[in-house]
Amino acid sequence: MLKKRIIPCLDIKDGRTVKGINFIELRDAGNPVELAKRYVAQGADELVFLDITATIENRKTLVALVKQIALEINIPFTVGGGINAIEDVSVLIKAGADKVSLNSSVVKNPALITEIANQFGSQCVVVAIDTKFENDEWKVFVNGGRTLTSLKTIEWAQKVESLGAGEILLTSMNNDGTKAGFAIDITNKVSKAVNIPIIASGGAGTKNHFKEVFEKTAATGGLAASIFHFGEISIPELKYYLKTNKIPIR
Amino acid sequence: MIAIIKYNAGNISSVQNALTRLGYSSVITDDTATILSADKVIFPGVGEASSAMEYLKENGLDKVILEVKNPMLGICLGLQLMCESSEEGNTTCLGIFNTKVKKFPLTDIVPHMGWNNFESIKGSLFKDIITKNDVYYVHSYYAEISEQTSAICNYIVPFSAVLQKDNFYATQFHPEKSAAIGTQLLKNFLAL
Repeated sequence: MLKKRIIPCLDIKDGRTVKGINFIELRDAGNPVELAKRYVAQGADELVFLDITATIENRKTLVALVKQIALEINIPFTVGGGINAIEDVSVLIKAGADKVSLNSSVVKNPALITEIANQFGSQCVVVAIDTKFENDEWKVFVNGGRTLTSLKTIEWAQKVESLGAGEILLTSMNNDGTKAGFAIDITNKVSKAVNIPIIASGGAGTKNHFKEVFEKTAATGGLAASIFHFGEISIPELKYYLKTNKIPIR
Repeated sequence: MIAIIKYNAGNISSVQNALTRLGYSSVITDDTATILSADKVIFPGVGEASSAMEYLKENGLDKVILEVKNPMLGICLGLQLMCESSEEGNTTCLGIFNTKVKKFPLTDIVPHMGWNNFESIKGSLFKDIITKNDVYYVHSYYAEISEQTSAICNYIVPFSAVLQKDNFYATQFHPEKSAAIGTQLLKNFLAL
């Protein structure tokens, strides 16, 4: 039976792991390679690295970091942040990333999804959708949650699937950083609207939040950052809890 | 020496990194003599079947692969290309394994992405590995079960998780991305 994935996310700024609260304020959470190794040893199912200050100088730092991570870990990992063209993807895949996560750039240029899928395969294309519930609607935001777009979340999810995305990383901005639980409503709606895997993100604060998102939605992965970085929940403890609650877990 | 076949399909460096972690040196190559003289050959790949097959043919690698006498391990797309044919791009493949590659029916989430186990295991690749172990899969097409199937995975349909014929081995999952179990399986292959 296919297992639900527990995915720690490492937000990277200047080669260090940081975590924002509601996308803005940042705290230092440590050396990403060390954190990554620790998570692998603890049984993380995949890792996600998001470069949140993707500038040209930081790009080189990021690629060097990806190389280091690829040498050290033996589980799949995704890299995102500031990927605007197929050349960016090529560099990261060559450095050892298994998948790339795309957000603002594919809102601007949806054809990039198809271009990457054709060259590297759909399994390599994760589309990250940052969504917020506003005026009775789930809307898509870009630029690290700073800019509202005209896209509606479910329609955008269906569009990225049809363009060749292999997976959707769905972050609810209303929930992110709150530790009040995942956004069950939109995660459920999106996971019913598409046939590709959904990773739920934003709001995990307790072990029960993961149980809830796996029971109430078809998400196949749950992603979190700070609760793992700061040791509030350990991955083995979380996985044990989910297993004893009959959630399929590795 | 271990040869990793170089072609136009995906993340080959992750296989090399896995071998490096195990203390083996390897070379990523499309050179006939190097491939045929290697102690072990690895045929990795993520990507699309028809364009990968086309590339192999253009570079004569389709014939070279069939001539490999030492143990060879196909991974993911590598496994699928070693079958008779693939529904992906209606491709005629290498025909090492007498089975066909089909697209998963869309009755559940596709791609089959994540950790899943295998059953009915047999053969030397599985030394110290048990059926409840999970490994990492990511694929939208699957190889049907045949008499050369040496492990089965169940997702939507039962399919070949591992195939073996003579010196040819192949895994649908990614041992290089499957944590300790994948590492054990790679060790078993390297010890053949």
